[in-house]
This record gives sequence, structure tokens and C-alpha cells, in this order.
Amino acid sequence: MSSTGQTSQVRDSSRRTAPPTTRPAGGRKKNFLLVRRISAFFNSLPQPVAILLVLVTILLFWEGIVRTGAVSAIILPSPFRVAEQVGIVATQLASGGFLAAELWTTVQEILIGFGLACVVGFIMGLWIGQTQFGRKAIMPLFVMLEATPKIAFAPVFIAWFGFGISSKFIMAAFMSLFPIIIGTVAGLAATSEDEIKLFKSMKASAWDVFWKLKLMRALPFIFTGLKIAVVAAVTGAVAAEFIGGGIGFGEQIRVAAARIALDRVFALILVLSLVGALLFSLVALLQRKVTFWDTDSPARRKKKRGSA
Amino acid sequence: MSSLTATAVDVRYKITNVSHTFPGMEVQALKDINLSITSGSFSSLIGPSGCGKSTLLNTMAGLLSPSQGQVTLDDQNVTEPPDEVGIMFQKATLLPWRTAIDNVLLPIELRDGAKAAATFSDKAANLLDTVGLAGFHEAYPRELSGGMAQRVAICRMLITEPEILLLDEPFGALDELTRERMDLELQRIAAGRTATVVLVTHSIPEAVLLSDRVFAMSARPGSISDVIDIDLPRPRSMETLNHPAFGAYVSQVRDALNRGHDYV
Ligand SMILES: Nc1ncnc2c1ncn2[C@@H]1O[C@H](COP(=O)(O)OP(=O)(O)OP(=O)(O)O)[C@@H](O)[C@H]1O
Ligand SMILES: [Mg+2]
Repeated sequence: MSSTGQTSQVRDSSRRTAPPTTRPAGGRKKNFLLVRRISAFFNSLPQPVAILLVLVTILLFWEGIVRTGAVSAIILPSPFRVAEQVGIVATQLASGGFLAAELWTTVQEILIGFGLACVVGFIMGLWIGQTQFGRKAIMPLFVMLEATPKIAFAPVFIAWFGFGISSKFIMAAFMSLFPIIIGTVAGLAATSEDEIKLFKSMKASAWDVFWKLKLMRALPFIFTGLKIAVVAAVTGAVAAEFIGGGIGFGEQIRVAAARIALDRVFALILVLSLVGALLFSLVALLQRKVTFWDTDSPARRKKKRGSA
Repeated sequence: MSSLTATAVDVRYKITNVSHTFPGMEVQALKDINLSITSGSFSSLIGPSGCGKSTLLNTMAGLLSPSQGQVTLDDQNVTEPPDEVGIMFQKATLLPWRTAIDNVLLPIELRDGAKAAATFSDKAANLLDTVGLAGFHEAYPRELSGGMAQRVAICRMLITEPEILLLDEPFGALDELTRERMDLELQRIAAGRTATVVLVTHSIPEAVLLSDRVFAMSARPGSISDVIDIDLPRPRSMETLNHPAFGAYVSQVRDALNRGHDYV
């Protein structure tokens, strides 16, 4: 290290480990090394610790702003008050009270809507992916629809399907339809010429080519679509509840916001994001089970096999 | 097996004036190909890369109808993949969601259904063992090397016991020693079933070692430049490599290929 000190005037980027104190003349260099070391420290943190660190920093920052009194506590409630509300919401949900019923309504809307979107999206995807007509006539229509802000259709669905749960799950389905269609269409195009030729050489029926080849090839793409779709379904259901009024967790958020009880709003949003995350994880889990062979997906290493 | 000396051998494949141009391509991939393949014979197609060997094999397998000319098998026009033909492609093309043994069973499953395929699993396992994949029956394709995948593909072709084998560089990804072992194994299988074999290869010694007849091809347009009959005693073995005539045949094929190149 002392030799490093003697040659400190020479810029030598390979000497990364030299302590900054031995480089009196290299101010910029010193800072650079410090940044590198700090960055290396943060990069070496285990993921749970890293996440916790970011969360705590945000909360501290948040609490700091509240403490200065620069922002009214009504506009920005302290994290402690939000935590308190999270506690209240959690007990209410756990005790199966009124909130739990509202959450169940919303979850039903999400699940029915997502299920509907899966069926309709897959069929539409097949139509577009497998027929010239679908590709030429139906696809542009969906691209058009995809480009419009879908939320704007919420009042339409409420007018058509009323204030009950149907307008909500229709909206959820509508929001999650497109990723499933796109995933199915892209997936059906993923089969290679060589694979088709192989199946042809084995005189496979069109039925087998579809079920044993094209669909299998499409699955990774379909799952990618499903993961986006399930989160979109949550947004769709809650958005329809905002606009349609009367039921569900979205309505609870709207009511709390009208009272300017933002601490409660944050607590309710947290519950919804947990619902979204849970549904997403379930789809991701299913994906890993079904398309275990897909090397591009987050790889789950198979057990090592014995060799001959 | 080989019956080139006989005059009244039955011709299985007959290819007459076959030419093929891929849409959008300037040069013909195949031009005026004429050849016949006799029953039980072993023929090799050898020639520079891109000369149309795979294209020719695809027309014989009924996967490509040539723009001109006629391909017949047992005097029937080949318009779709014939039942008695098994083809092995240049690329292994295994299905990644199936284990090695399930890939081998695929043709049976497609032909007779999943139940029938189950009854073939012992046979599939034996085939995998003969090509040196004893420990890899349950391995997925991503766990196999290129050469191992090719060997699985060979088993997949052999499981239906086709009378006619069309092989497109089956051992291209194998090391020299494994390749020689597989060559002899292939000869044994072909002889045991009196199968008719058409082999595409880039290896002159391999072509001479295995074949009754070598078709040398030249490129642009792809055509047959020479036909060389290999009259070496059967069964062939590693000893054959030391046979006085072997070296002569090798140079003969090499010269034929060189002429093909001059022609370009
Ligand atoms: N599907 C295709 N579409 C267009 N051109 C093709 C197609 N397949 C092959 N060709 C062309 O036809 C010619 C012959 O190709 P082919 O694959 O038969 O060659 P090959 O002799 O098998 O070569 P290699 O030894 O490299 O496998 C090449 O020039 C190639 O570019
Ligand atoms: Mg080829």
C-alpha cells in the first residue's frame, strides 16, 4: 500500500483497494473510490435487508416531513397513524366484519373478471393467431381498443350492467383481456418451422400439432400475459367501484378519501396491493410448475441427474 | 444387404429430373437430380455446404414438393410423408418439455396414442442404452449436449422401425470416436432390419465406410456430379479402414468433390 502512495500522481484505475488517505493529491479519485466502496457495500446486502433498508429510509423521510410541520397532517398523515389504521383494518378483516365482506366482494369481482378474461382472451387469441381473418380483421380492432384509455369505458359498463357486481367484473375482465390475447397470439407464433416439419414427418394430426406442440410452445407467453392481466384485473375492479359506487373496497377508499381520512386510504390501498401481489405470485407459481422447461423463465434448477 | 452386383434389384426410391427453386431465390437449390435407391442399400450424399442435400432429403421424405420432376417410392408418387420412411433432421429438435425417453416415444404417441406409447417404453429405453445414453432417460433436453440430443433424435426415428432411413448429418455433433462407434451401430441396425438408408454426411471416410454407393454433389445449382460404388466387404468394421481399397475410394470421392468445386 505504501508503494501506492508513492505513485499516487499516476492515474491507475487498477488499484481499487488503495485506501483514500494515502492519496492526498487525488481528490476526485478519492471520492470515486469511496463511492465504489459504498456501492459495493450496498450491493453485497442480502435482498431482505436491502428492501427493509429502503422501506425504513422512505418511512423516516416521510416522518421527517410530517415532523417539520411543513405539510398539514390531514394532507400527509404520519406513518405511525397509517400503521395504526393498518392495524385497525387488519383486525376488522380478521374478525370477518363489515370490511371483510367488502374485500370479499372486490376479490370476487377480480376473480370472476380475470376468469372471464382468461376464457375470452384465449379464444380471441386463438382466433387471431390461427386464422387469417382473425389476424386481418380482429387484431387491428383490438390494437385500436388497446390504445384507448380503457377506464373510460367504466361508465358504459355501469350503464349496461347496473351498479351491482357485474359491471365491476366486466370492467376487470375488460382491463385484463388484452395482455392475455397478446400473449396467446405471440405464443402461437413461437413454434419453429423445424418443429412443424418434425411433426409433419411423423404424420401428426392437426389436433396433435396444436395440443402437443403449438399450445405447449405458447404457454410461456400466455403466462406472461396472465401475470400482467391479473394485476390489471385488480385495477379494473377497483376503478369500476370508484365510478360505479356502492360496493367493494374501492367504495371504501372513495368514502375514506371523501372524509379526507388519508391514513385510512393508505391502509386500504396497502390491502389491495397485497391482494394484487398475492394473485400475481399464485400465477407466477403456476407458471413455474407448468412451464418448468422454459429456460428463459426464472429458472428453477432441476435436481441433478446421475450420469452413465 | 448390398446387392449392387445383381441386375434385377428392386428399386425403392426413384428420383427423376428433380429441380427445385425456393421462392425468392435466384439460384436453383436442386437441378436435374436423377438417382435411384435400391432396396436394402446404403447410400450417402456428400457435397459442399448449401449444395442442396437437406433439400433433396426433404423431397424424399415428402416434406417438400419439388418445383419440377418426380419422386417415387415403390412406384408411388411421394406427396406426403410415407409410412415406411423415418427421417432424422440436421437439427435434433427435441421438445424441451419432454424427457429424453418421452421424446423418443413421441412418434408412437402421435401414431397410436399415449397408451400404446407406454407399452413401447422398454424399447425406447433399450434404444437409448444402445446409443450410450443409459443414465439420461429422464433428462430434459436442456440437460443434454448437442451430440446427446442428436442421439436421442436417432432413437426417436428408430422407434417406429422404419424400412427406409433418411439421415441428415446424424453424427455431425459427435466426437470422432463416438462417431465411429455410432457409425458401426447404425450399420448393425440397418443390416439387422435390411433397412434402406440414405445418409447425408460431410465426412468422406464415413461415407466410404458405410455406403454401397456415394453420390457426390456440387453446388449452385445443386446437382449430382459423381456416383461412386463402394465395393468393400461387409460387415464393415474398423478393420475396413485398413483395407487397401479403402484409401483409394476415399481419394476417389475427394477428387469427385474437388471437381464439383471447380465446376462452381
Ligand atoms: N426454406 C428455405 N428457403 C429458402 N432457401 C432455402 C431454404 N432451405 C434451403 N434453402 C437454400 O437452398 C440451398 C440448399 O440448402 P440445403 O439446406 O439443402 O443445403 P445442404 O446441402 O443441406 O447444406 P448443409 O451441408 O450446410 O446442411 C441453400 O442455398 C439454401 O440457402
Ligand atoms: Mg443440410
